[in-house]
Amino acid sequence: MQSEQSIDSSLEKEGKMKKLFAIFWAFFKISPLTFGGGYVMIPLLERELVERKKWVKPEEIADLFAVSESVPGSIAVNSGTFIGFRLAGIPGALAAMAGAVFPTFMIILTLAMLFMGFKDHPLVQAAFMGIRPTIVALIIVAGFKIGKTAVIDKTTLLLVLLTTATMLFVHIHPIVTIISGAILGMVLVQLKNLIKAKKEMGGDQA
Amino acid sequence: MILLEIFLTFVKIGFVSFGGGIAMLPLIDYEVTQNHGWVAPEQFLDIIAVAGMSPGPAATNAAIVVGYTVADIPGAIVATLGMILPSLMIILIVAMFFFRIQHNPIVQSAFYGLRPIITGLIFYAATVFALRNGIIGGEKIVEPVYLLIMLAALGLFFFTRIHPVFVIIASGVVGILLFG
Repeated sequence: MQSEQSIDSSLEKEGKMKKLFAIFWAFFKISPLTFGGGYVMIPLLERELVERKKWVKPEEIADLFAVSESVPGSIAVNSGTFIGFRLAGIPGALAAMAGAVFPTFMIILTLAMLFMGFKDHPLVQAAFMGIRPTIVALIIVAGFKIGKTAVIDKTTLLLVLLTTATMLFVHIHPIVTIISGAILGMVLVQLKNLIKAKKEMGGDQA
Repeated sequence: MILLEIFLTFVKIGFVSFGGGIAMLPLIDYEVTQNHGWVAPEQFLDIIAVAGMSPGPAATNAAIVVGYTVADIPGAIVATLGMILPSLMIILIVAMFFFRIQHNPIVQSAFYGLRPIITGLIFYAATVFALRNGIIGGEKIVEPVYLLIMLAALGLFFFTRIHPVFVIIASGVVGILLFG
């Protein structure tokens, strides 16, 4: 009786380890493919998680990405951590996160070592003189991409311009800017609702 | 204790790293070039370049390169842990208690303000980096060639589907041909 139970629990343990490894491996595999960060990997994640592994239902995937985007961190690592947690609790979350982080960590560390080793070489310096303007272009493109979802009316467009101008001319810590953005959003939406309610009331009276 | 300092700096950044990647670069720039002086301001764009050549989120990649330049491999490890620990904690709390947080009206209204501010921060970062590196004037003498490279890269990013990594590599080759 007792031995049967211990066999059962050891089988269960083995199953659990297998599951954790499967979670780790799924994200380990996708992670190095995520050149260009978050948004590039959404279709890849969708294929792996919904179609191949069936860990997420098709109707859930949009919610999963939305919530992964709503919390700090990269969407790829975040959605991995969410799915890992749902499949196998906290160990699952850790397994997914480790899988998503480890390969890119090794790649970027290698690049950083190469960069530190060769950054004073004249050819490398010449290459970086060409690369720097391209990186600025890359950042501008990222601004337009996020801007597409951010600018939905005149108020949000004004906020974008005001933020850029204020940051250029006033010395503010970016964390303060980000937190005031969230507070401002809540205040503005409240105000807009109030104005809308007032207008409707005014309309009723007239 | 430099490792602890690196770790705490990136924990702080990790807690507000909404939008994941490039949006956090001005914040990392502020912390490492101004607040701590770990990296020279004109070197930071090179760190972003290295971060952009690797897969993975730009902010975490930049954190790893900064950690490595400041305190070698241990520095890279604590920088990574600092960036991902806040995400892990927040995700566990959200996953346990309110998975549908993104439908909450208060959260939605916060993002109404957060998204444009982050967009503004990105454009601010682009302007600062361009000024610092003589692309649009400012501290250094303007090299028209830099501006041309930037406009060419913008054109490629907006009008073609060429992968950014190839554009970065190509501009490196252009740099070698022009300045090498």
